[in-house]
Amino acid sequence: MKQLNYIKVEFPARSVNEGFARAAAAAFAAQMDPTLEELGDIRTAVSEAVTNAIVHAYPDRVGLVQLRLRILEGNVLEIMVRDRGRGIPDVKKAMEPMYTTGGEERSGMGFTIMGSFMDGLRVRSTVDKGTTVTMSKHIQVKANG
Amino acid sequence: MKVLSSYQEGRLTLYLKGELDHHEAAAALGKISRTMDDYLPRDCVVDMEGLTFMDSSGIALILKIARLMAETGGRAWVENARNQPLKVIDASGIDRVINVSTKASL
Repeated sequence: MKQLNYIKVEFPARSVNEGFARAAAAAFAAQMDPTLEELGDIRTAVSEAVTNAIVHAYPDRVGLVQLRLRILEGNVLEIMVRDRGRGIPDVKKAMEPMYTTGGEERSGMGFTIMGSFMDGLRVRSTVDKGTTVTMSKHIQVKANG
Repeated sequence: MKVLSSYQEGRLTLYLKGELDHHEAAAALGKISRTMDDYLPRDCVVDMEGLTFMDSSGIALILKIARLMAETGGRAWVENARNQPLKVIDASGIDRVINVSTKASL
């Protein structure tokens, strides 16, 4: 699909940047004229993917997280969150509901919510190389007037 | 985010306000745990009317509150969930283990 517009943002894997990532994604997606519910879905999915990178990717250092959003032909928003961290040894298991290696502030529901709020979810990960989460959502076109 | 509380006749109500994400969750849980220790309530209500956003960190927080209450034989439930936070609750399925009452969306 043809790319119509995009942003790429990189920030340190610090939890204070979770709110920034949500706000940046919402501000970019606003040009697609999403409903409040669609905007909430986008903010939620970005928050989950970025938090996963911040919590899990870099246990020993503050690495970088990259957030890329693309508007594709057909009113599709694609969201990519990438880290260059330790990777996920078993992606299938990590995506099971309630599975977490995080602390008590993690529920293990992140991937479930990403999958529920987005139309497409793909996770690619290589141990010691990093993880890329790519999500897509079709934004409904509103009737004029 | 902010956590405000009120206590009356054995019932502690926690008012969550603002955005609840992983960055905010640890401080919120610390405050909630201390408040629960202070009052040792019989019931704990998590009021979400002022919550404008939450991700799965909010699910973990609700489950933790439910566990803390269960440890002392108390009950916990969620009130006034709506909009985005309610959608996250619905997607997580935690309303199968904790009672959630909703408020009409604005």
